[in-house]
Amino acid sequence: MTKENLETLLSKHPANKKDGLLPILQEIQTEHGFLTDELLAEVGRYINMPVNKVYGVAAFYDQFRFKPLGRFHIQLCRGTACHLHGSSTYLGELEKQLKVKAGGTSRDRRYSLELVNCMGACESSPVLRVNDTFYPHTTPEELTRIIRSLKEITV
Amino acid sequence: MVVFSSHENKEFLVEKILKSYSNIFDKANADRLSQIKRDKVKHAVVYVGMGTCGMIAGAGKTYAAIEKYLQDNQVDAEIVKVGCVGLCSVEPLIDVQLPGKARVSFHHATEDKVESLLNSVFHHLVVGETVLGQYQHAGHEDWPGIPGIDQLPFFAKQHRNILRNSGIISPYSIDDYIAFGGYKSLYKTVLNYTADKVCEIVDQSELRGRGGGGFPTGKKWALALGTGSDQKYLVCNADESDPGAFMNRAIIEGDPHRVVEGIAIAAYAIGANNAYIYVRSDYGQSLLILTSALNQAKEYGFVGENIFGSGFNLNIHIRQGAGAFVCGEETALIASLEGKRGIPQSKPPYPAEKGLFGHPTVVNNIETLANIPAILENGPSWFKSIGTRQSHGTKIFSIAGKAQQTGFIEIPMGITISEIVYAIAGGVKDNKKLKAVQFGGPSGVCIPVQDLDTSIGYESLQQIGSSIGLGGIIILDEETCMVNLSKYFLEFLQKESCGKCIPCREGTRRMLQILEEITRRPREESTHETLERFKGVMELENLAEVIRDTSLCGLGRNAPNPVLSSLKWFREEYEEHIFDRKCKAGVCHDLRTFYIDVENCNGCNVCQKKCPENAIIGAIKLPHFIVESKCTGCGICFDSCKFNAIYFK
Repeated sequence: MTKENLETLLSKHPANKKDGLLPILQEIQTEHGFLTDELLAEVGRYINMPVNKVYGVAAFYDQFRFKPLGRFHIQLCRGTACHLHGSSTYLGELEKQLKVKAGGTSRDRRYSLELVNCMGACESSPVLRVNDTFYPHTTPEELTRIIRSLKEITV
Repeated sequence: MVVFSSHENKEFLVEKILKSYSNIFDKANADRLSQIKRDKVKHAVVYVGMGTCGMIAGAGKTYAAIEKYLQDNQVDAEIVKVGCVGLCSVEPLIDVQLPGKARVSFHHATEDKVESLLNSVFHHLVVGETVLGQYQHAGHEDWPGIPGIDQLPFFAKQHRNILRNSGIISPYSIDDYIAFGGYKSLYKTVLNYTADKVCEIVDQSELRGRGGGGFPTGKKWALALGTGSDQKYLVCNADESDPGAFMNRAIIEGDPHRVVEGIAIAAYAIGANNAYIYVRSDYGQSLLILTSALNQAKEYGFVGENIFGSGFNLNIHIRQGAGAFVCGEETALIASLEGKRGIPQSKPPYPAEKGLFGHPTVVNNIETLANIPAILENGPSWFKSIGTRQSHGTKIFSIAGKAQQTGFIEIPMGITISEIVYAIAGGVKDNKKLKAVQFGGPSGVCIPVQDLDTSIGYESLQQIGSSIGLGGIIILDEETCMVNLSKYFLEFLQKESCGKCIPCREGTRRMLQILEEITRRPREESTHETLERFKGVMELENLAEVIRDTSLCGLGRNAPNPVLSSLKWFREEYEEHIFDRKCKAGVCHDLRTFYIDVENCNGCNVCQKKCPENAIIGAIKLPHFIVESKCTGCGICFDSCKFNAIYFK
């Protein structure tokens, strides 16, 4: 994210107003993908808040990431309905096959795995989302197929 | 028929319909209104359910396929995007309305079915298994042999008040909402009632908060109104962070203007000029719809400066939640809005006296606010006539889990749980037996089969140790392991605990450890580990009580609920895990015992090579055998066997 970009983004919010912190961080994340120390420091300067406090707030909320997303961002729903339909075994499978930890990004930045509390689509459980594609009613066989196809795509 | 521009429609709707309903008795006006309401259509209309549930099931592709079909066949038809009608499990849903005919609904309308489906409807033939039902209307000719939507078991017992428009009208169009009677209550309220009077009406209706607490809404408003301050705030809580519940999403995606109207009336009643809607960030679709609804309301002058010339100003801001469960608690939500960590504060002072930025603030659940327009339109006695003597009105529930039909429903208070499970949701999927019904999300309780005759209501549910909660219902079948489910809920709550109170932060962690220990196979049974395990189990209930009694907010106070309620009703399952090391449901992986089926095993030796514990013995080309004492139940052999020769108990 360039300095100009950040400045135009910040200028939409009033300076020195602490209640703008969450919307600012959310907008930065939408644009940049994740939060960095430098960005947090800039935000802190703009709204007049110590950077440790800014970091404290950002770290509190699950939404904020401090690592870049992978080329394939995989979201696994861990809601109650998905859990009942066996999403916990899918988590192990994804972690093992793609060599990525939940909430992390693989070393080659190819995959990132995120656990979502609930996507609000419990009728389609278990739900898996890769980038913008949803996979409703994922079966173990389908999961294997999805993983295989992800591995095959060359970027 | 004359076609009007959107500007003319706006003027007609606001001036003739909204402001003076008596204009409807004029035939020309009535005709024009029925055109906007799509009661009378001159060309075919195709409605596509495009809520989140529909989109995930493939409504986007269905929409594109319909567009292509209409273009290819040069059919003059309108496509309308609507929200979800509630039957999420049969999405994508599309409805077709031909001129003069009743609107007919189809389920599972995936893109490949679009062509044949539209072909037959446009030839006035409605056949096939995908017909759901028809919306009967006095001015429309019925399709023969197709049931009315209201007669379907899923809808028959419902009383749709808040969801009246959901799935029927376009959530993207304010005109639709006004044509169906919207914003009339706001108009009436700001011009005819004082703030005191509104609080009084709501208080008389005995509406109680739908977010779980059940605090009387009118009393909360009156308290905020009575507190003197130059600035007051109204906050609409739509941060539905309950996993397995999606009612708030349904309200926003089906009828966003009802929420905006409710907020405007509530803000007027407490004297607030600023309102916030706190929406969960994972609901991208809801955010889009809500933002567009708010912009339209601003354009029409229903939000902003000097609403309806009454001098009442209101700004509504949309704020995205950031994925913290605890922010459903009102003081934590306020902290989050202030740009702080979402940590609850002790009450009193109540937010109604000292809340957002130190000013009086009312935090209401979105469903509570969605009830308001109808209460002001029809009066408190109408509202009180629905439901039971103690709990009035309707309640929206979302049904998920192992139910035959999943989705969201709106039922009058007083209906029994078994009616919801069997009559509305159609019982348990795949003809399995019902084990329990989980009520109220992760910090809710499970209700065993013997208590299913309890009616829905604040008091009646309290009697069986439950609460109405936010409205998430999870149906559990016989294949559910209650210990595993409690472990799952605790895992969630432990992760979501904000860390302020030690009993909640450390206590939930310890409870989770205890549950992990009983669902794990210990390496040796004669060590200190075993002693610790049993000590933990014995302390589990004690610990749960301490957490419940000493935590500050609802998250901590209710955190032990899943464990306590499952221990109460399914103690034998815990004992089975602890003493026999068995999980009958086969859900707790570590407790599985694997066996080799001699018939199927051809002695390929793969499992023996892969077993990390060397627990499998056998010669090549002869059936193998698992030594039970060595087996740790990791399941590698089960996964690696290509001949389905390994099974577990």
